[in-house]
Amino acid sequence: MTGETKWGCTHNERQPVSSTCAAIWAAPACLPRVSSIQLWWATRVHSPHHSLWSLQWPSTRLSANISPRFPGSQPFGSVPLTPVVSQPTVLQPYGPPPTSAQVTAQLAGMQISGAVAPALPPVGLGYGSPASLASASGSFPNPGLYGSYPQGQAPPLSQAQGHLGAQPPQRSAPPQASTFTSPASGGPRMPSMTGPFLPGQGFGGPSLSQPNHVSSPPPQALPPGTQMTGPPGPPPPMHSSQQPGYQLQQNGSFGPARGPQPNYGSPYPGAPTFGSQPGPPQPLPPKRLDPDAIPSPQLNELPPQQKTRHRIDPDAIPSPIQVIEDDRNNRGSEPFVTGVRGQVPPLVTTNFLVKDQGNASPRYIRCTSYNIPCTSDMAKQAQVPLAAVIKPLARLPPEEVSPYVVDHGESGPLRCNRCKAYMCPFMQFIEGGRRFQCCFCSCINDVPPQYFQHLDHTGKRVDAYDRPELSLGSYEFLATVDYCKNNKFPSPPAFIFMIDVSYNAIRSGLVRLLCEELKSLLDFLPREGGTEESAIRVGFVTYNKVLHFYNVKSSLAQPQMMVVSDVADMFVPLLDGFLVNVSESRAVITSLLDQIPEMFADTRETETVFAPVIQAGMEALKAAECAGKLFLFHTSLPIAEAPGKLKNRDDRKLINTDKEKTLFQPQTGAYQTLAKECVAQGCCVDLFLFPNQYVDVATLSVVPQLTGGSVYKYACFQVENDQERFLSDLRRDVQKVVGFDAVMRVRTSTGIRAVDFFGAFYMSNTTDVELAGLDGDKTVTVEFKHDDRLNEESGALLQCALLYTSCAGQRRLRIHNLALNCCTQLADLYRNCETDTLINYMAKFAYRGVLNSPVKTVRDTLITQCAQILACYRKNCASPSSAGQLILPECMKLLPVYLNCVLKSDVLQPGAEVTTDDRAYVRQLVTSMDVAETNVFFYPRLLPLTKSPIESATEPPAVRASEERLSNGDIYLLENGLNLFLWVGASVQQGVVQSLFNVSSFSQITSGLSVLPVLDNPLSKKVRGLIDSLRAQRSRYMKLIVVKQEDKLEMLFKHFLVEDKSLSGGASYVDFLCHMHKEIRQLLS
Amino acid sequence: MATYLEFIQQNEERDGVRFSWNVWPSSRLEATRMVVPLACLLTPLKERPDLPPVQYEPVLCSRPTCKAILNPLCQVDYRAKLWACNFCFQRNQFPPAYTGISEVNQPAELMPQFSTIEYVIQRGAQSPLIFLYVVDTCLEEDDLQALKESLQMSLSLLPPDALVGLITFGRMVQVHELSCEGISKSYVFRGTKDLTAKQIQDMLGLTKPAMPMQQARPGPPQEHPFVSSRFLQPVHKIDMNLTDLLGELQRDPWPVTQGKRPLRSTGVALSIAVGLLEGTFPNTGARIMLFTGGPPTQGPGMVVGDELKVPIRSWHDIEKDNARFMKKATKHYEMLANRTATNGHCIDIYACALDQTGLLEMKCCANLTGGHMVMGDSFNTSLFKQTFQRIFSKDFNGDFRMAFGATLEVKTSRELKVAGAIGPCVSLNVKGPCVSENELGVGGTNQWKICGLDPTSTLGIYFEVVNQHNAPVPQGGRGAIQFVTQYQHSSTQRRIRVTTIARNWADAQSQLRHIEAAFDQEAAAVLMARLGVFRAESEEGPDVLRWLDRQLIRLCQKFGQYNKEDPTSFRLSDSFSLYPQPVLLDSSSILADRILLMDTFFQIVIYLGETIAQWRKAGYQDMPEYENFKHLLQAPLDDAQEILQARFPMPRYINTEHGGSQARFLLSKVNPSQTHNNLYAWGQETGAPILTDDVSLQVFMDHLKKLAVSSAC
Repeated sequence: MTGETKWGCTHNERQPVSSTCAAIWAAPACLPRVSSIQLWWATRVHSPHHSLWSLQWPSTRLSANISPRFPGSQPFGSVPLTPVVSQPTVLQPYGPPPTSAQVTAQLAGMQISGAVAPALPPVGLGYGSPASLASASGSFPNPGLYGSYPQGQAPPLSQAQGHLGAQPPQRSAPPQASTFTSPASGGPRMPSMTGPFLPGQGFGGPSLSQPNHVSSPPPQALPPGTQMTGPPGPPPPMHSSQQPGYQLQQNGSFGPARGPQPNYGSPYPGAPTFGSQPGPPQPLPPKRLDPDAIPSPQLNELPPQQKTRHRIDPDAIPSPIQVIEDDRNNRGSEPFVTGVRGQVPPLVTTNFLVKDQGNASPRYIRCTSYNIPCTSDMAKQAQVPLAAVIKPLARLPPEEVSPYVVDHGESGPLRCNRCKAYMCPFMQFIEGGRRFQCCFCSCINDVPPQYFQHLDHTGKRVDAYDRPELSLGSYEFLATVDYCKNNKFPSPPAFIFMIDVSYNAIRSGLVRLLCEELKSLLDFLPREGGTEESAIRVGFVTYNKVLHFYNVKSSLAQPQMMVVSDVADMFVPLLDGFLVNVSESRAVITSLLDQIPEMFADTRETETVFAPVIQAGMEALKAAECAGKLFLFHTSLPIAEAPGKLKNRDDRKLINTDKEKTLFQPQTGAYQTLAKECVAQGCCVDLFLFPNQYVDVATLSVVPQLTGGSVYKYACFQVENDQERFLSDLRRDVQKVVGFDAVMRVRTSTGIRAVDFFGAFYMSNTTDVELAGLDGDKTVTVEFKHDDRLNEESGALLQCALLYTSCAGQRRLRIHNLALNCCTQLADLYRNCETDTLINYMAKFAYRGVLNSPVKTVRDTLITQCAQILACYRKNCASPSSAGQLILPECMKLLPVYLNCVLKSDVLQPGAEVTTDDRAYVRQLVTSMDVAETNVFFYPRLLPLTKSPIESATEPPAVRASEERLSNGDIYLLENGLNLFLWVGASVQQGVVQSLFNVSSFSQITSGLSVLPVLDNPLSKKVRGLIDSLRAQRSRYMKLIVVKQEDKLEMLFKHFLVEDKSLSGGASYVDFLCHMHKEIRQLLS
Repeated sequence: MATYLEFIQQNEERDGVRFSWNVWPSSRLEATRMVVPLACLLTPLKERPDLPPVQYEPVLCSRPTCKAILNPLCQVDYRAKLWACNFCFQRNQFPPAYTGISEVNQPAELMPQFSTIEYVIQRGAQSPLIFLYVVDTCLEEDDLQALKESLQMSLSLLPPDALVGLITFGRMVQVHELSCEGISKSYVFRGTKDLTAKQIQDMLGLTKPAMPMQQARPGPPQEHPFVSSRFLQPVHKIDMNLTDLLGELQRDPWPVTQGKRPLRSTGVALSIAVGLLEGTFPNTGARIMLFTGGPPTQGPGMVVGDELKVPIRSWHDIEKDNARFMKKATKHYEMLANRTATNGHCIDIYACALDQTGLLEMKCCANLTGGHMVMGDSFNTSLFKQTFQRIFSKDFNGDFRMAFGATLEVKTSRELKVAGAIGPCVSLNVKGPCVSENELGVGGTNQWKICGLDPTSTLGIYFEVVNQHNAPVPQGGRGAIQFVTQYQHSSTQRRIRVTTIARNWADAQSQLRHIEAAFDQEAAAVLMARLGVFRAESEEGPDVLRWLDRQLIRLCQKFGQYNKEDPTSFRLSDSFSLYPQPVLLDSSSILADRILLMDTFFQIVIYLGETIAQWRKAGYQDMPEYENFKHLLQAPLDDAQEILQARFPMPRYINTEHGGSQARFLLSKVNPSQTHNNLYAWGQETGAPILTDDVSLQVFMDHLKKLAVSSAC
């Protein structure tokens, strides 16, 4: 019954989605040619396996049992399902072993040969517009691809529905579901199912215990009706249809044989993503479902044939979970040693140690590819963006040492005279050590006498291993005064806390909470090394529509407040006593923090200013001649008369219009100007927002964004609910180590050049990334382009130099070096790619794109680029195979699924519940995310909690983010780095409910609960421990939301099940894959 | 009959009025020939211990254009209960309250000895006095300390219900909020930006948010119209708080680098002070007291830049029109002064510094508003401390010797018109029948506003005789003038002081001697000096000097007795003798065996002659046998003390001796009868030679005589 329910729901929800999808994707012209689809991807398994796959089947299956998720096995499984006829075709591709170590597997693809066709008429991909369908039919008997069923099946569907009430089919549904979802087992089983029309047959599978198994046998018993939460109309048809549908899917993918099945039509009423677009309706009208049978009007409009879409076995398509798991297993145990050029590091999801042996740790730099095409032509052909995601101040695990600090005294770091690159392990010493040749520009430089050292017989300096700059990938130099602003060593930085004390801030309890927290938090300002006390000075400002500065000089008995109401022309009213040492002024500061909530307790001021606040902070730092950070706590749209005044310009009607981009653009240029001044002063701005309504995040976040700051947003902040999250973020934000007044420069070997930069920073020229502040969470993504040929021999070098002022006020240079390989074969490029990094780049690229182009254009660009990348691979690297096959390079097999997640993210495809501010906020966040963050952000982790034994200390293995993977007898945690859900299935054992929530039944669980009761039992401890550990992994505190199955809140939760269709119109993974395939084919043809 | 001297003195005692002429030439032509105009010095609030104010309101002439106040010069018909206005001859009924009036039962205002009388107005809300301290914090530590102490001390001298406020300034301007507990709050303004009154009030949060529902709720009368300002609070409520606040005042914390002056935002500070009061307490008595220790160096009203290498403008620069900031600064302060005057507030300036402080540019602030201007070397001197203390001195009634928001109206009988006034006042631009078309001083009106005044505040008021020569005044006729001063007494009462005087007319041709005898040469000198100074404001210095010379020569020609072209025959009568030549303050007085005491109002110098100084050094005064010498030394000290006690502002007290560096104060004042030019010509006399190129009085007189007798003029 679980299965049924799920399906029912899914269908309903997907339905609207599908139509949107169609709108996005429809590329009618292509339809006709696609008579079948085969999805292939390359794996690391060697080609022999492919060819032999059928022979090896048993063993694969075996391995699947051992390691249930073995990816390779799944695809194969699906193949056999195809009717016999098709099988040979399927096999064909394997014949010639793919050159580039790819394993192809057929994915639920329907191999429809003309001959077989008769059986298949209905199979339509659903992409097509009617026209294309029509034309397709010309050449192919079964043009419909996915949607193949349409005409013929429609009637049955309605029939089925008609039966609905009485029909027992539900029963069968669950098993189907299980087969469907059981990936590994599914594979093996399929073959056996191929022939039979009987749905039941295939269900041997369910019994196999697979982590991914959604269905649990017992629940099937539940009557469909009870489980349906969705609209009354649609569900029944689904149920009725489900069973057959299910089979259809499974079996249907195999095409023709299924065709005839009467049940086919019914299964996917809601599904027809692709077809719903323009095309389908026309050809279909006659075949429409009986409106009477299907109450939902929406459903009615869906051409039946498209509902068959789900022919591809979701288990058979590349699974992120599997990839992650494999990488963990394969690479998690050994340290990653950076000595070798062009090594692809383990995935970001894998825990591994790094040993620096001459290249920067992947914690500092990750690349889209570790093998760069030698020529720009190659690069253009491949379309694989060459980018590095750099996190110069990344935090390291305790086992790894932070970069050594090298002090060259007054002479400062040694650099190439021409290109100014810093001394690094790749510099070549020549002439007995008297000179060195720059590894970037080949310039020959003299070695200064004090740096001279003899070379050993290999030409290496004898002291190479004594000097970090000659042996390590990452290290720091102490900067000389030449590297300092105004040729003066910097003073220690300062933190200024700027607190909104308008009515909203007071009423929500924010001010009181914050002041209370600051009292203790100030003891934990970042400090350097072993110093007792932080060198950072602090200052305080409160504001509403005027600003209040505080003199907290230690000699005062009471703090003094200085009000500046000239917001149009902001200035700092005091110098002495504004920025103070915490320990010296503790009494005064405490007194101040005690009094602030009291002073404004009765305020009725609702208006606030914003730009003047930043201006004030910046001026204060300027006056104190230091860099620093502003912590702004702000509640509302700044409508008070002042520079940077904003108006509410939120307009949802703009969505999906050419003007949508204005929602992401700042309202006024004032903030850019201000940000520029801030950067010049080394004034970083962290913004904490507590809005009750639209605050125009797009505009307010301009300064934080350009100054390397962070934005935190707590909508409808209430102390009771949001306290922990806010305080946790605040603590982290205040305590984190920051580099100030930084400039980052990326130098490269001749041949490539850094051309584009993404992240939270400011650039006043084309090469220098200026960062008023940079913390260990902030990432800069840099894109490279060729300006010349690269040399395969020497490879390509990157050197990222970051000049910054440390928390203690020390001026330093942090250098990261990375050597990459260069290739003349495209295959090498594809073999050394990193999809996670690629996605990081593409997301940032797209998220910046929305500022200037319509969102649709941005999405299309992404899709096109992705298709080009894959098409290039297919064309140049994959062995020749049928056009119906989708072949993905092993390193990029997750590209479609991840890209789809990016495409359907809130920024690029907002749902109805997503506010303009949310989108701007997310857009802003993603800009400086590192690879690990984008990875989980776009593809959330979904962890079943009761599947693994309670005793096991490790995190439970994740499951794919799809509703199909949820079992209503289980509890899941879902996290994406920002959100954390605890989903409780409706049939969770009472004991589990009791031990987790301390209530006796599912119905008593408070929906939306954000804190789990602290209970003394293993399960509770484990879950809470897990939550804590998840939070600890993320840079922001994730507030927990408990979601009950079929509760209202579930919609929110489902938004994160990214493999499914989204309410906002995002395609399901399967659908997208098909679409991608279509795009690729189009490119290839 | 007493002498004119006694008459003048008496009148001054009683009415606070001294005329240049106590008998008036009866025609316009004659009057102009008198050279010195018919004018008077009026001290509106002349202290009159013997004049208790009456507790009722004055009776006015019913003619709308006249509205003169019933006075002893009016003719009264006791039976008809009528009185005739002595200015316009309107016959007026007495008000009902006067029904019991009779020859024997006269109200005070009809009695001759009450030519000056003071009424207390009972109507209207009384508002407390306001003292707004505007304090420069760019001072040396000890100076600031001294100033803080003075200010703290002053709190105890203020009337307890007076409102007090504090603005401090340096690079920024801080308006301190006084009502709060715990954290001390202040509003800070940039010292470089001029703000309108509206902006200031907005920024201080003084503008009330518009009340849209006001019509719905017919305004509940505001109970406390004054509580609106957090910046001005009753002394008794916040004196502790303010004392602490003043105690914690720090020197301006902004760093002053080598070679720079501190940035001092006097102009903005004053502007904010004015704006603050303007918004909160218009037309109630208020003193803005500016304490500054140097020139304004930034923002509107800056007098000199902060670069020390550029010296502050000198007189030389000003003459050459080379003072870069002067015009702009002056304009700024004038604008402030005018606004302040319009609001009825006054500005005091206490400037203590060794260098100039820009008083020249700021002078109008005090001048137009009736404020004090005090200049000293340091706030840490008794000169400042005592002067400041004396501001808060009390009279015999225990009332502060200060009054606010006065309007002075002058009414004249028909033969006279009012030409103008010179003094700490601004015109109210009231045109009436008695306003002359010719202006002397601030003219074109017969009403002026005097925002701050004390018992010694004196105005020069100038008249024009308009009676035509061919319409002589009947013999024995008298001209009358009524001065009506409405003001806010320091007790916060509104009061009206009325002085009505009359003088005889005389025909200048037949009775010139009478007129001459009634000449008050002291008053005339002051009145002419005021005219000269007033002209100097707008005219070139040499022109004014030339004008003064001409006036003097003409006067001598008119009243001197001489033979044409014979300077030696020139004589002036007694009543003119002092006019051109005040004292024998001559260098010849400086002799070795003398002690001199010089009082120049602003300075009191005691100077010991060479021999005396030697004696004192030898200690003769301590020997019993030379007790007389001791007394001799003591006598000038006692005299000086006496002067010091009463004088406001407190004079600079200098005790010096022959050869002492401070002797320069004496030497710069004495008549240079002996200079390096004529030292040997004078031969036997042993006075002290003065190193100057100025001519001596003797030379001056010689020239004057020569010119006076010359027919060429």
